[in-house]
Amino acid sequence: MATGVLEKYGARQRLLDSDRLLAAILIAPAIIYIVALMGVPFVLSIYYSLSDVTTGGTDAPFVGLANFRALIGDPTFLQTLYNTFLVSGMTLLIVLVLGTIQAELLLRSFRGKWLVRFLILLPWTAPVSLSVIGWLWMFDSIFSPIDWSLRQAGLLGHPGALLGPATNLYWLGSGGLPMASIILVNVWRILPLGTVIVLAGLNSIPREVQEQALVDGAGYFRRLFQVNLPMMLPIFGIAVLFTFVFTFADMVVIYILTRGGPANSTHVLTTLAFFTGVQGGSLGQGAAIALFMFPVLAALSAIILMLIRRREV
Amino acid sequence: MATLETRDLHTHFGSVRAVDGVDLDVKNGEFIVLLGASGSGKTTLMRTIAGLEKPTSGEVYIGGRLANRLPPKTRNIAMVFQSYALYPHKTAYKNIAFPLQALRMPADKIRSRVTWAASLLSITHLLDRKPRALSGGERQRVALARALVREPAIFLMDEPLSNLDAKLRHSARRELKRLHRETGVTTIYVTHDQVEAMGLGERVAVMNAGRIEQIGAPLDIYRNPVNTFVAQFMGSPPMNLVLRSGTLIGFHAEDFFPRGRGPDYGDMEQLTFRVVQVEELGSEVLVYGYVAEDEREPPREVLATLPTALVSGYIAEGAEYPFEVPRHAIRRFDPATGLGKD
Repeated sequence: MATGVLEKYGARQRLLDSDRLLAAILIAPAIIYIVALMGVPFVLSIYYSLSDVTTGGTDAPFVGLANFRALIGDPTFLQTLYNTFLVSGMTLLIVLVLGTIQAELLLRSFRGKWLVRFLILLPWTAPVSLSVIGWLWMFDSIFSPIDWSLRQAGLLGHPGALLGPATNLYWLGSGGLPMASIILVNVWRILPLGTVIVLAGLNSIPREVQEQALVDGAGYFRRLFQVNLPMMLPIFGIAVLFTFVFTFADMVVIYILTRGGPANSTHVLTTLAFFTGVQGGSLGQGAAIALFMFPVLAALSAIILMLIRRREV
Repeated sequence: MATLETRDLHTHFGSVRAVDGVDLDVKNGEFIVLLGASGSGKTTLMRTIAGLEKPTSGEVYIGGRLANRLPPKTRNIAMVFQSYALYPHKTAYKNIAFPLQALRMPADKIRSRVTWAASLLSITHLLDRKPRALSGGERQRVALARALVREPAIFLMDEPLSNLDAKLRHSARRELKRLHRETGVTTIYVTHDQVEAMGLGERVAVMNAGRIEQIGAPLDIYRNPVNTFVAQFMGSPPMNLVLRSGTLIGFHAEDFFPRGRGPDYGDMEQLTFRVVQVEELGSEVLVYGYVAEDEREPPREVLATLPTALVSGYIAEGAEYPFEVPRHAIRRFDPATGLGKD
């Protein structure tokens, strides 16, 4: 009789012990998630970009590459493409430089370090939309506290002032300032992440190697460029990837600050796709704009992941 | 090459006195070993000399020049860390060339210096490999070459052999001695291994609790320890200590013989040895036990190392035997202070 119990128990146990079944069950949610929320929309957007679908109906007549051809000849789109790379590239550069400086600062021990660390990390904890609305006020064309400070310092608002006689700089309104403001807010937002990643990278370098470089007679920049940076390259790669992807694929900052204005001069791919496809109703055209991001992001991810893997082996 | 002096050197970390008043005089070209257990302050002393730690007080002189305020890079010191601290992304060649590049030496001169150091350590065929493609012994050689390449004033080594296996360690020890003979660089060598200390050091400084307990020629320390700490630390096995007539007497295991079977020095101290365990190791026999005259409660274990031919078939576990020690090999210590009496 005992064998009967064992057999019954064994059958159930066998089912639970099956590695293949268990693996399938565990991995299913991830696959469903990827297919339903990424795969389907991605395929759909490719289809939309080749059609003349609008938000006004379900009709989706196939038009071939007409949407893409129209974009290539559109100066607004070309400006947007330029803006996207400008914002992402400049943000990346500034975040890496400032992040390295801040990380070096946080490596040292000094009084009140916890407060500095807290302040450095603070922007990361604030909801993006709220903090960007805060920045909107900072950049207000009349009440900007930055302008007020500059006026109080005598740098603005009287004849012969360094920044001109006008009472305001119009951060979001004129010349290169709107793009500069957008880059500033992006840097402010991503710097905490960049700092933490670089800090982790610096901490991952064995202390003895750093001290060896000191004893070997290397100065600060030789240590930075010949020892620290090469040794944290894998982690630096992650910082580059995250910063670039975060800014490249972000639309909140521009949506809130300028809405692509003035005169469509500050659009990036995400905002232009949104305003064209959703607000403007030309879903097909919007999808085509959004698809321009895909090869860039895919190539970048592939390159950096490859770099990281090569360093690991 | 240079001399090194420290004057009443202190390095404290908060309330921990890692280095607690060290006076050290190292002659030009000397090989000196800092020997101590972990936590004895030997590594901190070395790091203070290198400039990696700031002394709390006292002075460090390198080549007669006060070095307290000099950063590590200007002290012209080469250091070999326990982990070798090779730059993992650089080839062996670039690792060795790094200190020369920091000196802004012209490239052709760097090449000839690196070639010289590499041939000195027979690693010329490894120069284009990265550290991860090198074995432990090869890494150690690269680290040594990197340290030697710029002709440092002082060579600091922090347990450079402890990551090697026993066989490699033996050959590396001989290699270090050869290197020192050939280059003549003043060397300070940190270790917790007394065999290394005995074998390598022209002088040995035994450290304990941030202080130097005794400094001198290795054999001299071995034979004449100034206190029971040094007696117990120096030599493998350590000195036997027995409390007799209110005095601690110390003698080495190789001076402890069955009566009448060892060399006859005439003047012998007689002891009764209660044997607990016998290990026959081929060339010698290790005999563990207790001395019946030991007044300590409980008595401490005592060891005799005897040539196999001397005691073969004579010593049995569990029995008592009359043993003797030549008086000239005995050191006396005050049991209260542990200080030597003679």
